[in-house]
Amino acid sequence: MFTILNSIWQVFLHTFRKRATYQYPEKKAPLSARWRGRIILSRDPDGGERCVGCYLCAAVCPVDCISLQATEDENGRRYPEFFRINFSRCIFCGFCEDACPTYAIQLIPDFEMSEYNRQNLVYEKEDLLISGEGKYHGYNFYRVAGLAIKGKDKGESERESPPIDVKSLLP
Amino acid sequence: MSETLYYIIVVFGVVTLMMTIAPGLIWFERRLLALWQDRYGPNRVGPFGLMQVLADMIKIFFKEDWIPPFADKKVFVLAPAIVVVTALMSFAIVPFAPGISVSNLNIGLLFFLGMSSLGAYSVVLGGWASNNKYSLLGSLRAAAQMLSYEVFMGLSLMGVVMLTGSFNMNDIVLAQKNRWFIIPQFIGFVIFMIAGLAETHRLPFDIPEAESELIAGYHSEYSGMKFGMFFVGEYLGITLISSLIVTLFFGGWFGPSFLPPVVWFFLKTFIFVSLFILLRASLPRPRYDQLLSYGWKLLLPLSLLNLLITGAIILSG
Amino acid sequence: MINIIIDDKEYTVTPQKSLLEVCLSLGLNLPYFCWHPAMGSVGACRQCGVKSYKDEKDTKGRIVMACMEPVREGMRIGVFEDEAREFRAGVSEWLMANHPHDCPVCDEGGECHLQDMTVMNGHAYRRFHFKKRTYRNQYLGPFVNHEMNRCIHCYRCVRFYRGYAGGRDFNNFASRNHVYFGRHEDGVLQNEFSGNLVEVCPTGVFTDKTLKKHYTRKWDFTSAPSICTHCGLGCNVIAGERYGSLRRIRSRYNGEVNGYFICNRGRYGYEFVNHEKRIKKILIRNTLGDLEETDKETVMMHAAQLFSARAAVIGIGSPRASLESNFTLQKLVGKSNYFQGVSGREAELMNTILGILRKGPARSPSLKDIEKADAVLVIGEDVTNTAPMLALALRQSVRQKPLEKIKAMNVPEWQDAAVREAMQQEKGPFYIASCNETNLDDIATKTFHGSPDDIARLGFEVAAHLSATAPRVSNQVSEMPALAEEIATALKEAKRPLVVSGISSLSTEMIHAAANVAWALCGSGKRAELSFIMPEANSLGTSMLGGKSLDDAFEAAVRGRAETVVVLENDLYRRTAKDTVDKFLDTCKNVIVLDYLKNETTAKADVIIPVGTFIESDGTFVNNEGRAQRYYQVYLPSDPNLMESWRWLGEMIGQVKENSKPSMNNFADFTNALVDSYPEFEDIKEITPPPDFRIAGEKIPRQPHRYSGRTAMLANIHVSEPKPPEDPDSPLSFTMEGYRNEPPSSIIPFYWSPGWNSVQSINKYQIEVGGSLHGGDPGKRLIEPDPKSNYKYFTDIPEAFKIRDNEFLTVPVYHIYGSEEMSNLAPGIASLIPKPYAAMNPDDAGKLKVKKGDEINLIMIDQSYRLPVEIKREIPKGILGIPVGLPGTPHYVLPAWCKISGNKT
Repeated sequence: MFTILNSIWQVFLHTFRKRATYQYPEKKAPLSARWRGRIILSRDPDGGERCVGCYLCAAVCPVDCISLQATEDENGRRYPEFFRINFSRCIFCGFCEDACPTYAIQLIPDFEMSEYNRQNLVYEKEDLLISGEGKYHGYNFYRVAGLAIKGKDKGESERESPPIDVKSLLP
Repeated sequence: MSETLYYIIVVFGVVTLMMTIAPGLIWFERRLLALWQDRYGPNRVGPFGLMQVLADMIKIFFKEDWIPPFADKKVFVLAPAIVVVTALMSFAIVPFAPGISVSNLNIGLLFFLGMSSLGAYSVVLGGWASNNKYSLLGSLRAAAQMLSYEVFMGLSLMGVVMLTGSFNMNDIVLAQKNRWFIIPQFIGFVIFMIAGLAETHRLPFDIPEAESELIAGYHSEYSGMKFGMFFVGEYLGITLISSLIVTLFFGGWFGPSFLPPVVWFFLKTFIFVSLFILLRASLPRPRYDQLLSYGWKLLLPLSLLNLLITGAIILSG
Repeated sequence: MINIIIDDKEYTVTPQKSLLEVCLSLGLNLPYFCWHPAMGSVGACRQCGVKSYKDEKDTKGRIVMACMEPVREGMRIGVFEDEAREFRAGVSEWLMANHPHDCPVCDEGGECHLQDMTVMNGHAYRRFHFKKRTYRNQYLGPFVNHEMNRCIHCYRCVRFYRGYAGGRDFNNFASRNHVYFGRHEDGVLQNEFSGNLVEVCPTGVFTDKTLKKHYTRKWDFTSAPSICTHCGLGCNVIAGERYGSLRRIRSRYNGEVNGYFICNRGRYGYEFVNHEKRIKKILIRNTLGDLEETDKETVMMHAAQLFSARAAVIGIGSPRASLESNFTLQKLVGKSNYFQGVSGREAELMNTILGILRKGPARSPSLKDIEKADAVLVIGEDVTNTAPMLALALRQSVRQKPLEKIKAMNVPEWQDAAVREAMQQEKGPFYIASCNETNLDDIATKTFHGSPDDIARLGFEVAAHLSATAPRVSNQVSEMPALAEEIATALKEAKRPLVVSGISSLSTEMIHAAANVAWALCGSGKRAELSFIMPEANSLGTSMLGGKSLDDAFEAAVRGRAETVVVLENDLYRRTAKDTVDKFLDTCKNVIVLDYLKNETTAKADVIIPVGTFIESDGTFVNNEGRAQRYYQVYLPSDPNLMESWRWLGEMIGQVKENSKPSMNNFADFTNALVDSYPEFEDIKEITPPPDFRIAGEKIPRQPHRYSGRTAMLANIHVSEPKPPEDPDSPLSFTMEGYRNEPPSSIIPFYWSPGWNSVQSINKYQIEVGGSLHGGDPGKRLIEPDPKSNYKYFTDIPEAFKIRDNEFLTVPVYHIYGSEEMSNLAPGIASLIPKPYAAMNPDDAGKLKVKKGDEINLIMIDQSYRLPVEIKREIPKGILGIPVGLPGTPHYVLPAWCKISGNKT
């Protein structure tokens, strides 16, 4: 009985507390770096597109709002021919970022992307690709992957020995 | 001025007032809840967010008025009307100020009790007609809850009636000219307030609509203005119970003379409305069986005891 | 059946199998790499280690390789014991030590056996911190991509390529952990089945190069069971679509037909579906003589007008169109106005074959039966180029006889290394009689190269050696009688002799000779089989429907009975001489063509109606065995006018005859109408479940449950997703919603099982590993032999071939890449099409004083061609081999005499 009255009293006392609300458009809330907002595609330290078009983000997306087509350029690097995110479906769960093996797809602390026309929420690769590395610095998939691309031959990745001479039987 | 014209003015005045207050309360409740939760509540639309209610009204009127194909259509349409009608009818007996009341009924209090019993039909029929398991469960809960709490709601008021010797609301108010009934009938007041909460199925007694268990209980299937009627009905109920508490226990329109009686009446009423909202903000919902055993095992004997003691004092006095 | 104990539980299993096969058949998830159900065990990868116990007292046990261990009565095995699990996880770890970090850019990812097995073994963290071994890749041609770093050295590729498919230009090189799989130098893989390396390789060393150009992960395909259309064998395939284009073809297991593999033409010929020559709009010729786009209503009204006025409408069917389409055309124009879309010669040959199969005692074998044959005679067919998968089956058949001996030595068949060691180069009797060299000559006991007539004579002679009542060949020449006797003896000694022939040489006598041989064997109480090779996917089906030939249609046109002609999926210019067709199409006032690709016939059409290829249609084909098989629409084209031929024709029937209310609406209606008219096709109703078939109230989804991008793939067109298309014709749905477990064998849209994302999940769909699919292999044989047949031997023995002085006999030469109409449009295949040539014997070349590469003029069926000379020793004197269907060579080569003019350039 007393506790009930006490809790009513305690709640009543909140009348005089400070408001926790940010009056949003006038005052912006500080967002942490790990905030899951707008999705971007980043570039590796050398300026190349990080996305290799592996389709894992699309596969893991619970609302299937990512669609892309992988292709290969003349240097042997894979990249997405198109990369489309339908933000009118996106739930910002961040699974795509978790699934991405190359740190290409990242969710950034920006949520101000409302549109009057739903069609404008469909983002293409031009809208997604930024010219920086995003949250994760220094990673370049092709430096560790065994695939040869122009400028990085077989055996030149990290922790790789030079290609084997098949014609030699020496130990 | 003919008597008919006077009554027409009063009736329309009361209906208009109540229909304005009820939506106004929506804004009021949201602001108060926000206040107690360290937020602001609606504060963007119009001054202090007052136009929020208007925006909501416009929205709710333009929503698709959907009747599920599996519902019992006639009853489904009827149910939300009942709640509003019974609540408004009850206001007929409330004396707002000397001479300002729709009907100076000699069985005023009984009329109110009758109307509140009828109000239970709205919930039961609404849930039944929706033909949805959550709605049905909600309406079954409502039936049990309202039936149980009506019993001692009436009994708790009998103390007041005995002290006054009349069911007429005007008489009850006049009998409090010197001493509000809250003093002799404190137990009666507490029981009536709890029962009133349960009758309007407000939090913490919103078991029939318990969102976390039953989606929205008996009005799960309702949308548009039909849902709006349930909504408005609830706020009418709050106002009604508050104004009755004021009438029955807090001396109605009486108050220091620097303010006119009708202002005193509404001032007191709003204090109780705020109390209702404070209760909503602070108390958790009890379990269904807890609610019923609380009613039958504690409040009913208590109200009978109150009646016994009041009677004994009157007889001895 | 014997009992064995696995993890303290008793199982009853088939004897004479390896423990691995038994475990997989029981549904136990035992990892493996080097074992393949079609190729047996070699114990190379050490992945399938299990504990084996001597008896119930033995608590220690020892680790053995399940694939190398035959099951024995009372055997005690621990499969999922800690020690066995640790051992297998260890193997995974070794294999992963050098595996590159490139799954995201690997085309195998998502359907990789190595991924599956690594997950299954629970190996997750790398402990090996040293450098990874690397290799250089090779260019292996337009079909197969090579990424050697990913290799785990299971040797499956070499075993398939050399051992199973008989390839010679691929091998393992170097030693120890440097072993390399590839060619001796960069270059196109020569074997016709090299594409199967993609499916055989458990990881991404060999991947599909054509898929890479429009790469899609396995889970993103909308796929449906289909039938390959590039030859008459009807191999089962799975076709996968994404973003409105066909992305790849994979083999679909059918124990009776193609088993695990398909040929390169079937796998890589699919790209014609995406070709720019596709007809996508309804075109109608306006008064100026130009084709202009029109809508469906207009063309329907136009057709109704043409059909209703006078009945001078004829229809020309096609052996590349489905039974239903041909039948609906027949219904539209009337049976007497329907003509099979093949030349008179071909129609006659097909009728002969049909008569032989229907009335004779010899059974037409399935490819599986062919693999089991233990003596083979090929009469006049270059099998590798006309029916590639049959050649692969024949390659297995030569192992049958030596295998018997090895089995007698108590070595089970699946002990692949031991069997091959014991067999060495020994081969069963296999005889080829052909005009030219063939790719099977290397496994042939003896080959005979002669003119079509001489080949037929050899066949007749063999039959005469087998049966006294068979007609004997008079005027024998050279070595033939001895060879005939040798062949006859070999066939007589065999348990399951097989005769293979076909219509590619366009010789009736050869077919008769083949029938005589098979019947003579049947007469001596043998289970002899007779397989005829047919050129197109539905050759047998269309000839079962009957109807006159194109030659008759031309005659009808001359007699004015063909004002309007409806041509169904047929390029008439591939059927007969150009002049004849030109004359015919000019005679006909209105030419309505239903086709999917622009060709010479559509260029002359007045109305062109776009129709679906086998990918966009449902239909039934009858393969060369007489097996009716259903193929399903893979995806719904975005253009509603691109419909199946039978649907177009059905709507025309509705428009013309039934006052615009068609009585046939879905595929089942057309099939039922077909069966009503032709009771012989009764069984095709049972090939597949009906369109209203549901499991647990649900359709079978064409898309896997991981299908991605549904709410984004069309969002650039409109942000609201369109309503998913519905399929009234089959129990398959176009979406990912539906019944998730195993569907009936005929409607398996893709193979997947929890934990088994690669093609190896087929194991889960089979009654017994390597056996039939659950519920039996799909397809129904429509033609069964008559064992009590009252057959009469054919007696039309041709005269021996006589060389003429100034003339050459042209014979058609076929090429796996080039001779088939549709696959030629696939860029990969197009790049391998040989240059046109005319092949002749060195002696003839000497006489004409030409050398290789010199151009000669020749006149064939009134048309002159200028072709460079190719010199081939195998071609008999007096014969000119002309490749068929290549760009620049005739589509149609008859064995006919031709003159060569202007010998030298």
